[in-house]
Amino acid sequence: MATVSQKSRFGGAFWTILAWVIALIFFFPIFWMIFTSFKTDADAVKPEFLFTFTPTLDNYLNMTDNYDYWRFAINSVITSTFATLLALVVGIPAAYAMAFDPSRHTKDILMWMLSTKMLPAAAVLYPMTFLTKNFLGIFDTHFLIIVVLCLINLPIVIWMLFTYFKEIPKEIIEAGKMDGVSTWGEIKDILIPLAWGGVASTALLTFIFCWNEAYWTVRLTTTEAATLSKLIEGNRAPEGLFFGRLSAVSTAAVGPIIILGWFCQKQLVRGLTFGAVK
Amino acid sequence: MKLGLKTALAFAVGVATATTASAADELTIAIVNNGHMINMQKVAEAYTADTGVKLNWVSLEEGVLREQVTSDTATGGGQYDIINIGMQEAPIWGAAGWIEPLSFGDDYDVEDILPAMRAGLSHEGTLYAAPFYGESSMVMYRKDLTDAANVKIADNDSWDNVKAAAAAIHDPDNGVYGACLRGKPGWGDNGAFITTVANSFGAAWFDKDMKPQLDSPEWNAAVTFYVDLLSKYGPPGSEGNSFNEILALYNEGKCGLWIDATIAASFLEVDGVAYAQSPNAGNPVGANWLWAWAMAVPAGSPNAEASMKFIEWATSKEYVKAVGNHPDFGWAKVPTGQRASTYAIPEFQAVAGFAAAEMAAIDSAAPEATDLKPYQGVQFVAIPEFPEIGGAFGQEMAAALSGAKSVEDALAAAQKAADAIMREAGYY
Repeated sequence: MATVSQKSRFGGAFWTILAWVIALIFFFPIFWMIFTSFKTDADAVKPEFLFTFTPTLDNYLNMTDNYDYWRFAINSVITSTFATLLALVVGIPAAYAMAFDPSRHTKDILMWMLSTKMLPAAAVLYPMTFLTKNFLGIFDTHFLIIVVLCLINLPIVIWMLFTYFKEIPKEIIEAGKMDGVSTWGEIKDILIPLAWGGVASTALLTFIFCWNEAYWTVRLTTTEAATLSKLIEGNRAPEGLFFGRLSAVSTAAVGPIIILGWFCQKQLVRGLTFGAVK
Repeated sequence: MKLGLKTALAFAVGVATATTASAADELTIAIVNNGHMINMQKVAEAYTADTGVKLNWVSLEEGVLREQVTSDTATGGGQYDIINIGMQEAPIWGAAGWIEPLSFGDDYDVEDILPAMRAGLSHEGTLYAAPFYGESSMVMYRKDLTDAANVKIADNDSWDNVKAAAAAIHDPDNGVYGACLRGKPGWGDNGAFITTVANSFGAAWFDKDMKPQLDSPEWNAAVTFYVDLLSKYGPPGSEGNSFNEILALYNEGKCGLWIDATIAASFLEVDGVAYAQSPNAGNPVGANWLWAWAMAVPAGSPNAEASMKFIEWATSKEYVKAVGNHPDFGWAKVPTGQRASTYAIPEFQAVAGFAAAEMAAIDSAAPEATDLKPYQGVQFVAIPEFPEIGGAFGQEMAAALSGAKSVEDALAAAQKAADAIMREAGYY
């Protein structure tokens, strides 16, 4: 007869194995992509070379020699970084105001901001192209992509920060006020240090969302501000099996963000589970 | 923190001044990511060396390219100096004035461009896009399998004979399926193939008043035949297969016969492949499709002259020779389907066993309007509304193939969708 501790050990092992199985299922497409990136295009579609093949770096060399990978990568870094910073610059004061000085419309404003995410992007493709190209003259610029990525993510940024800020006791902020701290001082010296974990999680998630954004970064750029999303998009071929090349480009595009995510797992999990001091 | 934010904002504002304007010595070219286009980027290094014109390549997926070029053109152009467009767009955009009429020097030898290609890329006799490579469709079958089964597939064979051949070589227990055909929904996917079958059954998309005819008995017969053939002798999950999926299956030795783009022949890696002209059911006109990836200059391009010069080079006889003699490519990789002279090059003939069949297929394709088919296009209709209509049609055909709907119901739904779109567009 199994004892309670044996049962508990068995249960623990079961959940551990299940977690590993689920993790492996999720990781498998990424593994497959990395694996395929070291095959030639011909080997990539042949079942006999499923696991046994001669690895090659040709796809990566082709990507840097012929597709100017670094230009796209640098654009991704620039646009994602500055869009994240801009979103925080706008989002922190907005969330601060709504968390510590709410009005009767705060909830409505939050819902309205979230509702902007419900608009299908394609619906505004033509006006966006027209305005940015013909009226503002900023089509295919880093500035445009930074602003667009910031605006796309702003509702999520404000919502997340609002949630974190709400969990900070209002009395701490009020105590600061009593001591004559200015509003900017409250944000800089009290709020951000207290909610630093939440701000970092928000920044990380926003950076990842910016990096992965594909609809606008593909359609509002030509050559100057094109990001890695556009490089991947351009490697899809309707006639011809270039899976080796496509896998190399995809691996090189998601690589930096996977590495970043790996090092910041703790903050990411915290960000995804939505809570500042949980 | 202060410094960081200031720097960030200063940088963001600074980069705002960057624009995409190209100087006359620089061209921006939007292309689809097909093998020939990829090779062109390498071959064109010689063009840059000779002329000093820097070429910026923007490679895009076919659907995204159409979308981006359309929105660019509709907002006055300027993003691209040269665009890759297909045969569906060329006559429509030419008529709308979205792309420039092309004119080249005598050395270009425009008469050398295959007549069907010229016709398909022109509007009222004016060439609006120059073909970079072209294709028709044909039967690509495994002669070892047909010989073993003691069946033959002839040029312009009847669909019944082709079906009988597919049945004879169908051996799913050994992983060989009689017929591999496009089933994936999309006007350029299953829509393209089914339209050629329908044409050969005497069906047409529209009558002379541009009213959809998908509820006609000819359409019913054609689609019933297609669903029956592919359901009985096709690989499982055919409703998810288009060009690339079938190419992979074929190269794994899993397809007995495949009817698709002639360009596929240059990708086949199995031995003993034989070719035949597309089958028909009494009406050979339109049984094989016609398509070209062509190059055009958007209207109002500030670099129109330099763009035309590049197109003149990229679609010339000299370009074909440059690819053939290039150390990275060779004669097996020259773009085909655009010029008659390519097929007369002995080095090309020596490596391209499919050349004669491909040229015959392109030559016999008829994109012009006829009494039976009162619109331009073979596997599509050259009207702006067709992608939407063809998209809805493709979805219905995939539903019929998967068994989710009967052929009658699927065609009725497609007819309803097509009728609504044409009415809304003001055709009647």
